[in-house]
Amino acid sequence: MKKPILVGALTVGLLFTGCSGKSDQTKLVVFAASSLTGTFDTLATQFEKDHPGVDVVTSFDSSSTLVEQIVQGADVDVMATADEESMQPLVDKSLTAATPTPFATNHLIVVAPKGNPAGVKSIADLAHTDFVSCDPSAPCGAASAKVLAAANITAKPKSLEDNVKAVLSKVMLGEADAGLVYVTDAQAAGNDVVSIPIPDSLNVTTKDLITAVKGSTQPRLAQEWIGYLKSAAGRQVIASAGFGTP
Amino acid sequence: MNSRAAHALRPGRRRALGRPPAILVAVAAVGLVFLVIPLVSILARAPWHTLLAQAGGPLVRQALWLSVWTSTVSAVICVVVGVPLAWVLARADLPGRSVLRAAITLPLVLPPVVGGIALLMAFGRNGIFGRYLDSWFGYTLPYTAAAVVMAQTFVALPFLVLSVEGTLRATDSRFDQVAATLGSSRLTAFRRVTLPMIWPGVVSGAVLSWARALGEFGATATFAGSYPGTTRTMPLQIYLAFQSTPQAALSLSVILIIVSLIVLVSLRDRWISGVSA
Repeated sequence: MKKPILVGALTVGLLFTGCSGKSDQTKLVVFAASSLTGTFDTLATQFEKDHPGVDVVTSFDSSSTLVEQIVQGADVDVMATADEESMQPLVDKSLTAATPTPFATNHLIVVAPKGNPAGVKSIADLAHTDFVSCDPSAPCGAASAKVLAAANITAKPKSLEDNVKAVLSKVMLGEADAGLVYVTDAQAAGNDVVSIPIPDSLNVTTKDLITAVKGSTQPRLAQEWIGYLKSAAGRQVIASAGFGTP
Repeated sequence: MNSRAAHALRPGRRRALGRPPAILVAVAAVGLVFLVIPLVSILARAPWHTLLAQAGGPLVRQALWLSVWTSTVSAVICVVVGVPLAWVLARADLPGRSVLRAAITLPLVLPPVVGGIALLMAFGRNGIFGRYLDSWFGYTLPYTAAAVVMAQTFVALPFLVLSVEGTLRATDSRFDQVAATLGSSRLTAFRRVTLPMIWPGVVSGAVLSWARALGEFGATATFAGSYPGTTRTMPLQIYLAFQSTPQAALSLSVILIIVSLIVLVSLRDRWISGVSA
């Protein structure tokens, strides 16, 4: 009974090691905020096409989580955050190769599940629905708190998720009547969610920052990646995801 | 066990086995060091001078209290549901018992986040069962402490079932037969004969499942969400704190380690006395 399990485990293990046989390629490790997930994946594919032999490895999570991982010594070449505050620990600890620069802007929007079962028509309706948002320790949560305060909504979210994609998932699954996410997340979700814009007077604009990380083994490639984001081709991908220009 | 084997295991004869082989002891030491070093490191790096202040903070008190009571409720549910389940697995003549056991073991090997998604699919607001809870009773589970208990029970139950089933298998089932010949029903035999015999296994299973419930993260975050006071347990609070204030995360981790140690040590004494009684 034990042996087949062991053999099975070994086989699965071998399968996985078999997949990672790209060792002859140059790796560029890019950490980026959750809100950049689809955009950076598209950019990575394009960048790899233009740079044969380069493998862009992306990792997405809340900006603050990723920044903390770099502080703890993660081997990263480029870091992109969803706001300025979350980049600060890297600057404070002199872990940036140069001053971080803005490459995109974003703002918040209310999303409801397909069909909008709770009939959310404006941000004011959040006051009497089960809604979710990011935790204030993540950039999207800090922005959400500001927007809720500006809209005079004292009702509390049902859950404070640790990153924006988790908020989107809860809404897409219908586990919340509404959620506060970035405009770009709403656009990426397409027809799976209903978007309810927030008036400019109540909204906040967040600035996405990018920097090469000090100690990177690929400083030149990291600069090329940042340059690519700011090139016409890169800007087009970023703009088509719904981001604004800084 | 035959009498010759029992004879060989008598304490007086232990010397005949010789010293423990160096290779086993050496490898065991490597394992021990691997387990202990990270825990010692977290204790060494923790900001002890702010520990008490941290522990007294409202967010931490809320999270700690939530963790302790939901884990305790989970462990109780595990015992109530899990002991009969273990008995059925060990003693009842069921077709497809190995399939049943595989199903029970699955939550043990699944990543907890998968368990959380599975719970959402079943009991979420749009879940297969959850939607009827909502439309018939107007009750939704996600974002409630009940969902926290469910997520924790889901991942902890296999620990109890496997632990108790192991004890049941090691216990002679002929006691049941003797009880039956003396005229007791099977239920009475379970209650009066089997249960007292396997009690140490039940207690250790309960402790294991409590500990597993206390450490639960993925299923809770996915199914129950994360809100201070209602669903944000200590592991969720620690993960969040690590994003913004790693020093606070260290303090919280130490607090959770201390609480776990206190509970495990105090229960262990009782468990041992239960075995010897």
